[in-house]
Amino acid sequence: MRGLPWPARLYLIVLVVAAGLVIARGGIEPQEWPALVVLALLFLVCESVPTLLNVQNAAVSLSFSAGLAAVILLGAEGAALVGAIALLSVRPGLPLVKRLYNGAQFTLCGYASGWVYAELGGETGVPDDPSHFADLIGPFAAAAATYVLLNVLMMGLLLRLTGDVQTGQLRRWGLAQFFISYLGYATFGLLIAGLWATVHSISAALVLLPLFVARWAFGQYHAQQRAYDATIAALCQAVETKDFYTRGHSERVSKASVMIAREIGMGPERLSAIRYAGMLHDVGKLGVPTKVLQKSGDLTEEEFAAIQLHPMRGLEIVKGIDFLDEAYAGIMHHHEKMDGRGYPMGLAGLEIPEFARVIAVADAFDSMTSDRSYRGARPVPVAIDELRKGSGTQFDPEMVAAFIKAVTREGWQTSKPVPPPEDDVVTKDHDDPTMPIQVVSER
Amino acid sequence: MNPMVAERRSAWQSLDSGQLLLIAAAGMLVVAAIAHTAVVGLADSHVAVGFGALIAVGELARLTMPGNREVAPISTAAAFGYTLLIDVGGIRVDHSALQVVAVMSVGMIAGALPHLAVNRPPRLDAMSRRLLSGAMVAFAYRPVADNLAGMIGSPGDSWWIPLGMMSALVVFAVLIDTGIAALLRAEQVRTSFGVAARDELRNAAPLGTAVGASGILLALGSHSMDMAALLVFAAPLLVSQVAFRKYAQIRSTYLQTVRALSRVTEVGGYVEQGHSLRVSRLAVAVGRELGLAEPELLDLEYAALMHDIGQLSLRDPIPGGATVLTDRDQARRIAELGAEVISKTGVLDRVAEIVRRQCDSPHEGPPLASRVIKAANAYDDLVGGSTDRDRAAAALDRMRLDSGSEYDARAVEAMTRVVDRGFRA
Repeated sequence: MRGLPWPARLYLIVLVVAAGLVIARGGIEPQEWPALVVLALLFLVCESVPTLLNVQNAAVSLSFSAGLAAVILLGAEGAALVGAIALLSVRPGLPLVKRLYNGAQFTLCGYASGWVYAELGGETGVPDDPSHFADLIGPFAAAAATYVLLNVLMMGLLLRLTGDVQTGQLRRWGLAQFFISYLGYATFGLLIAGLWATVHSISAALVLLPLFVARWAFGQYHAQQRAYDATIAALCQAVETKDFYTRGHSERVSKASVMIAREIGMGPERLSAIRYAGMLHDVGKLGVPTKVLQKSGDLTEEEFAAIQLHPMRGLEIVKGIDFLDEAYAGIMHHHEKMDGRGYPMGLAGLEIPEFARVIAVADAFDSMTSDRSYRGARPVPVAIDELRKGSGTQFDPEMVAAFIKAVTREGWQTSKPVPPPEDDVVTKDHDDPTMPIQVVSER
Repeated sequence: MNPMVAERRSAWQSLDSGQLLLIAAAGMLVVAAIAHTAVVGLADSHVAVGFGALIAVGELARLTMPGNREVAPISTAAAFGYTLLIDVGGIRVDHSALQVVAVMSVGMIAGALPHLAVNRPPRLDAMSRRLLSGAMVAFAYRPVADNLAGMIGSPGDSWWIPLGMMSALVVFAVLIDTGIAALLRAEQVRTSFGVAARDELRNAAPLGTAVGASGILLALGSHSMDMAALLVFAAPLLVSQVAFRKYAQIRSTYLQTVRALSRVTEVGGYVEQGHSLRVSRLAVAVGRELGLAEPELLDLEYAALMHDIGQLSLRDPIPGGATVLTDRDQARRIAELGAEVISKTGVLDRVAEIVRRQCDSPHEGPPLASRVIKAANAYDDLVGGSTDRDRAAAALDRMRLDSGSEYDARAVEAMTRVVDRGFRA
């Protein structure tokens, strides 16, 4: 509580007092106590295992279903009491302030949605008349919407007051996903209430079973996803070990590509595709003999051809992976230039696939801001100037502008300075736009 | 010949006798059920149509779980629900087991049609299995369904009897389904029934629990919710479906990626073309012959694919790339470097350990998977992509001489059986 700014403290106190008032009104009849206890327990179980359903920071979990079931079975007062149980959450390491806040928030959400439900003519109590069940659905949907909206508003206000708002946290896509998953949870609440007429309190346990399996599957999915990302990163690192100076290059290019892609408004599927494409853009470099990469002085045409081939080699490696086609195009064409002087195909302007235009900027920027054997890392502003200089000839101006905007806002973590290895040899960097590769013709 | 026709024909030929038997049995059952229903007429037609539609939607949204297992959770849950149904909105339903089978099959076929239209034919054996296990529950349950009707809905009653019976039947159905799947798989991938049964059970348990519980809920929910139950249930079923689909997707992408990236050693000229993939296929076949279960086989496959990854740390490729011919210390160092790369992932510790010990002799006590990889790697270094049987036999002879001291005798023996059977990497 001490760490909070005073408006947040005030807000918390207002919420807790309001919740206290709501609970003090009472209105629960003795015969409703068993149902209240079961639902409160259900709420507590769900609250204590926060869901992994892609919704960070919005502390509504599966408990939402229990709260909504209480709206039908017990009415507004019951729903408020069920929400208040969040105070006793057994989630480890949850500080008292958060408990107080959660308890107050869920109490108010429960009460408000119960009120909406009753106002719209929803009948409170066990729905044991099948012919009227369909009449409950409309008021219930409104109650669910109230619950979610109020929750989001209260949470948003808190985040704003504590200054904890991350930029662009709830984007359009995230929002859609958010509402769809809560629609799913809302129907679980309806299910619990509907089944109460048939199998009473056991309905809670029965409904939990598929829910927990779904949660388990999501957990497995997230674990696999993390394992997958770690594996790709490790394998890319292995590819980089050959060249001392480019360590971490793949990961940084991936990060910068995502920054640009987000700035120009790509959807989540394309974002994840470009993340992998950025990561894997240089795997084909292994096909270039070490002696060519490390040759000092000018390259022969044949040696330059070997370098020019690396995007194709990269494509050859990754084409067995089920990525979006765009990711392949990004890897294949990341060395094309807007004026058509790039390789391997010499595409120009908008012929170059969008992913490739994004990765090209990220690639060149990281190359310039990292140490090389023939020069030290350039500072970010210098590199940005170079990007601006190449904008239109080498780079797509749109991507350059987007990148500059993202970097000015979010900053850029440059690579760590590299102490030169003992047996240092001069290694060219084919990505470096300020040091174009010199080719001599053999004649 | 039109390549598409060739493909389809080979798909038919790839069905073994067990699968054909299963499909024939299901086919006959479907014909009998539809004929019977056509003659007798459809009882409670609106209920049948509603559940049939949900089955069709579920079939449309079928998915492939790891290990190329086709499942249709929504369809199966809806089929369970229809089978176990007692009353809808308080009015008793009265459909026979054959009608259940008819509704199931019509729904499944309707759901499979759009897939057929875009040339993604369903796995007939998986469909038949779903149908048969559902039919078994129907034949056991439908005759007694009427007696259960009074037991739900009224207060202070014995609702736990129908609930217990439904649960027992659903568990039974899932077990039967797994049993058939294991029989088929054992024949298909040539492993023992015990290993296959454990694999199938491990894979089916979570999804089976969700599907079974949903089916029971659907049947019970219809009592108080009328046909609205179908709508209300579609959402939670979808949540499970999405979760499992995402899981299956990332699993398959993961494997594809490791397969693809294992080729960087080839592109870099460190090993021969196709070496990693051949070693991994041979190693998995040998591992299966030795009775390894699926999770162990997956570790083995990853380790075999990445066994040469340590070579990337060498500045220049070893000429020819064959690790079997380089000196011992060098090979160990490469194994060590490779294990280091893999353990950087933080999640593939077992795989890293297998790779680390791939050069160990049997008396040093390496894990079985390392022994298998050592043998498979040596075999591929000697034989390569060649399909010459004499060369294969010579390589096996040479390895058998060293078995016990250099190669694990059991691994070499199993490999001999696998190769004799005509294994092609």
